Amino acid sequence: MTKPNRCRQEPASRRRFLREGSILLGGAVIAGGLAGSEARAAAENTGNLPPNAPEWMKTPGDPMGTQPYGAPSPFEKDVIKNISKTLPQYLSASGRTPLQDLDGIITPNGLFYERHHGGVPTIDPAQHRLMLHGLVDRPLLFTMDDIRRFPSESHIYFLECSGNPEYKKPYGKTASDLVGLLSCAEWTGVSLKLVLQEAGLQPGAKWVVAEGADSAAMTRSIPIEKCLDDAMLAYSQNGERLRPQQGYPLRLLVPGFEGNMNVKWLRRLHVTAEPAYSRDETSKYTDPMPDGTAREFTFYMEAKSIITRPSGGQRLSAPGFHEISGIAWTGRGKVRRVDVSVDDGKSWQEAQLQEPVLTRALTRFRLPWHWDGKPLVIQSRAIDETGYVQPTLAELLAVRGDNYVYHNNAIWPWRIAADGEVTNAHA
Amino acid sequence: MPTRKLELAALAVATLLCAAHTEAQSPYGIGRAATPAEIAGWNIDVGGDGSSLPSGSGSVSHGSEVFAQQCAACHGAKGEGAVGDRLVGGQGTLGTSKPVRTVGSYWPYAPTLFDYIRRAMPQNAPQSLCNDDVYAVSAYILSLNGLLPADATLDAKSLAAIKMPNRNMFVGDPRPDVKTPECMSGC
Repeated sequence: MTKPNRCRQEPASRRRFLREGSILLGGAVIAGGLAGSEARAAAENTGNLPPNAPEWMKTPGDPMGTQPYGAPSPFEKDVIKNISKTLPQYLSASGRTPLQDLDGIITPNGLFYERHHGGVPTIDPAQHRLMLHGLVDRPLLFTMDDIRRFPSESHIYFLECSGNPEYKKPYGKTASDLVGLLSCAEWTGVSLKLVLQEAGLQPGAKWVVAEGADSAAMTRSIPIEKCLDDAMLAYSQNGERLRPQQGYPLRLLVPGFEGNMNVKWLRRLHVTAEPAYSRDETSKYTDPMPDGTAREFTFYMEAKSIITRPSGGQRLSAPGFHEISGIAWTGRGKVRRVDVSVDDGKSWQEAQLQEPVLTRALTRFRLPWHWDGKPLVIQSRAIDETGYVQPTLAELLAVRGDNYVYHNNAIWPWRIAADGEVTNAHA
Repeated sequence: MPTRKLELAALAVATLLCAAHTEAQSPYGIGRAATPAEIAGWNIDVGGDGSSLPSGSGSVSHGSEVFAQQCAACHGAKGEGAVGDRLVGGQGTLGTSKPVRTVGSYWPYAPTLFDYIRRAMPQNAPQSLCNDDVYAVSAYILSLNGLLPADATLDAKSLAAIKMPNRNMFVGDPRPDVKTPECMSGC
């Protein structure tokens, strides 16, 4: 029997035995997923469990200042961006948010998905300028201090890469593999409308061509209606200045539109009568149809959802109670409802939506659920405030064919095996 | 000279009124005027119709030399693609199950080629090519696609005049294009 305040030190050899023994045990436990950090902790460090006092209570912790900028616990070291190790190149590339490891609707800044076309520039904000010219009364040049003098506003918006995922196999294994080019943050900046009014729009102003200060000089044309609606110039993300990967010191935000249009490292706004027909809105970010035509200027990201828990790569530890949880979003406004099916799409039930349900933000949904231990397929579908219903992959393919590259908002079903293993039901 | 003084006073008032008027147009008075020289230096946008293409020219033959030095490492000696996109061929494949999208088969506007090369290529040193070299490389790529004779020289006028084969195959966004029923049971 162990006493809480024992006077005799436990022999070191016994403690070492416990620790090493636990490593062997730990190796036998399936890592990751729902099969349980508790089970793993129990196996690895029984000396820290009741009735013993854990070792971290018996010595002072790290002093103040150990981390001037806080980092996650070392035990969360595997929760990182999902970056393929076999990309053809890493200058024009993307890294995914580990959606299945996150809760709530806000993506931590360090895990926000990245897509860049010429690397991530290091920009000195004191030497950064925003030029506004073209069909305006007064062409203007702004410093970052100028931009921050405008009245500010903050909004929670999702951002999603338009190619998330492609239509062709192989399909990914995890929620992150499938739709991890998706994140959500609270953005602070200035309404683009205010900045345009400062220069004075001239008649005939129909488009604003935005250009980034990266080595790709990313260029996209934004319709003037969007620029005068909810578009904004953002300098902060989740309370701190933008991360370099997100466009530091300034980016365009066009909520609900495909990620590529939210031009990062924004340096120039050219007000025009015609779109630029830039390379990234003609040869890329257009949608090829089976008949050889291609859709252009396909801006909106349509309603979509995915179950993140349980999801591919995870494992249900045992039959019994489990919460099904996931995220839903739509570029066309608010999510109205999310339905969940636990019988391969034969029947659906309404999930609970976590408040707040915000326009063009991620919405978290939940469904309490009892797993009887039998194999089955679970999936979710989002319905947005326009009444649009998230389609199946088969329904999308029937209309668009698999030459289509972007705007895949299909339902992604997960197969749960009798042993609790969760896999992509389409793979 | 009182008249002269009056004139000056009137001018001063007029100037003030004018300034006040300008401020009324600029609600916050933030930022400063961008000068024509500053705009000219930064505005590298070329329209799909070739508007704002700069002066200069380049031949297909010179373009083949520039391409070999600056582009071939990523795009292949003949634009067949490697780490970089395939640039050549694919015409007639877009309506098949194996579409090959290249400059020649897919791009709707030839001037976009100049715009993109000038702003973003080569990937390891963007905006390092002079306008003549950008015209030359554009000419070479168009020539490899059968859209320009091998002895041609390209400039603003001739580049804007090229009709790309896929020009009329782009359509607007018809979405929502998939209508899914809200079936709740027996689906």
